Amino acid sequence: MTQAPTSGLDGAREFITPEGVDLRLRLGQVSDRAAALTIDLLIIFVVLIVFSLLTLAVLWVTKAQAPEIVGVIWLLGFFLLRNFYFTGFELRPGAATPGKRLMKLRVIARNGGRLTADAVFARNALRELELFIPVTFMLARGQGVDAWLISLGCLWSLVFLLFPLFNRDRLRAGDLIAGTMVVRAPKPALLPDLAGDGASALSELTFTSAQLDAYGIKELQVLEAVLRGNDRKVIAEVARRIRAKIAWTDGPEVSDRAFLSGYYAGLRGRLERQMLFGRRRKDKFDKG
Amino acid sequence: MAELQLKSHRFREEREADWRRLEWLLARVEEEAPSKLSSAQLLEIPVLYRQALSSLSVARSISLDQGLIDYLESLCTRGYFVVYGARTSLWRRMSLFFREDWPASVRGLWRETLAAAAIGVGGMIVAMVLIGRDPDWFYSFISPGLTQGRDPTAATAFLRETLHKGGDAQQGLSALAAFLFTHNAQIAIMAFALGFALCVPTAALMALNGAMLGAFLSLFISRGLGVEAGGWLFIHGVTELFAVTLAGAAGFSIGWSVVFPGARARIDAISAAGRRAATVMIGCVVMLFVAGLLEGFARQLIQSTPIRYGVAATSAVIWGLYFYARRPAVRS
Repeated sequence: MTQAPTSGLDGAREFITPEGVDLRLRLGQVSDRAAALTIDLLIIFVVLIVFSLLTLAVLWVTKAQAPEIVGVIWLLGFFLLRNFYFTGFELRPGAATPGKRLMKLRVIARNGGRLTADAVFARNALRELELFIPVTFMLARGQGVDAWLISLGCLWSLVFLLFPLFNRDRLRAGDLIAGTMVVRAPKPALLPDLAGDGASALSELTFTSAQLDAYGIKELQVLEAVLRGNDRKVIAEVARRIRAKIAWTDGPEVSDRAFLSGYYAGLRGRLERQMLFGRRRKDKFDKG
Repeated sequence: MAELQLKSHRFREEREADWRRLEWLLARVEEEAPSKLSSAQLLEIPVLYRQALSSLSVARSISLDQGLIDYLESLCTRGYFVVYGARTSLWRRMSLFFREDWPASVRGLWRETLAAAAIGVGGMIVAMVLIGRDPDWFYSFISPGLTQGRDPTAATAFLRETLHKGGDAQQGLSALAAFLFTHNAQIAIMAFALGFALCVPTAALMALNGAMLGAFLSLFISRGLGVEAGGWLFIHGVTELFAVTLAGAAGFSIGWSVVFPGARARIDAISAAGRRAATVMIGCVVMLFVAGLLEGFARQLIQSTPIRYGVAATSAVIWGLYFYARRPAVRS
């Protein structure tokens, strides 16, 4: 197992596939996971309420006498649902409960291997400790020694509640035991290559190599984001600044967007050529 | 314009069709309709996935198109989940679990099982000795919710009646059975989950559970009802106590790996122990379910003490053979 995870500020984490390529997964944010859990719990409660109402309706129609049946539904039903809902959904191909799916999260095995049924069960069994025991403590009432015990219990459960905030991979205790983690599973579409229309714009413009040397990779990516954002004001402002920076005075009059995509294509071509010769120019301060 | 076209742009144009194809196939599989794909299409996935991975490696070294790299990363991740995802069906997984995994992991925890049982028996003996000296100790071990009038102030006749409940006493029985099942399952899950905290809470739970048992037994023994109470308790208690002991053993194994991870990194040792313990725990829930059935039905239907002991002994033999008997290797 190769584990030298380095996570940046954006929450990307090194994750090496068996083929040896780093997929740079993005970890699930704690806030997203809390939202997913809330959705799941809401679903469980709605199911229980609907089920109880149905049972009561059946009882009412058949005029049977079974007053404790609703109690049985809530005791057993809540236990079965909260223990099998999570496990059942996470064993499906999507490896996500409906709440997680809505928040675009999924569970994976931390070591890059397959996600096993045992791991899914372990991570959800620990939920009992992380969530339902604190709730029990908070709902309990007591006086004197009991009250002290209850507050100590609350403190103790706080450790588990806040556990994900204090480790690099945002693991909760269940993830730690089961060897799993929760990552984001977004589906970005393939965006058009800006170098395409940049090339036609570049045919009308010519930049000197000094002008193309003004920026590095970081600025190129900012420029890419600006062009994809396609906000007229931002484009005008960026174009003004770049014209000033590279002293663009004698070129032909073109629109701001055409100027920027032309410059993007020119800069990218130059930087990529440098990359082929083994030099990655990080940003404009990187003089090599 | 040919000389103006970037290498990375050409690279992308040449491979884009393959990526789109992979994306389409992955979408089919993710919609959980893999059966709609032909086997030739399914076989395409791993090939296209590896091509996409190599495209990603190349793109990272030659292309500065961030949109392209983001897309390839997400495409490869989705492909990775499909190619290396859990592929055993739930049904196959379950049969494998009952035939091999569960007994094997229970066998693997024999030391922890002995320790948990010893702590439980210890708790029971302590409770019995204490209550023998001063019956007031009874109340320290058993919460009022569970006694239902079965405490030292009760009359012997009432206690005898609770052991052989008739049909009219069944009112509220299903609620009680449901309560007992969730209560026991919760004790088991807590014993497992708290093992994480260096075994200490698990040991305390085991001792407390033993003490509750001891308190009940000593109450009935003091009224000369020991044998009958034993039958009443063990008809389901063999299964139930065994399950709780196994849950405690699972908790211990995790706590042990936290303190003594051995040659592995601590986090790896914990996840290995956690997975084995979780296997045991799934089984424990099944055992507790069986115990709940025995408690809810068999105990009410069978009133004769010798037959109750017979059922208890049979269940002990069955569980013992299932877990610990030598068996021919199934897996080749």
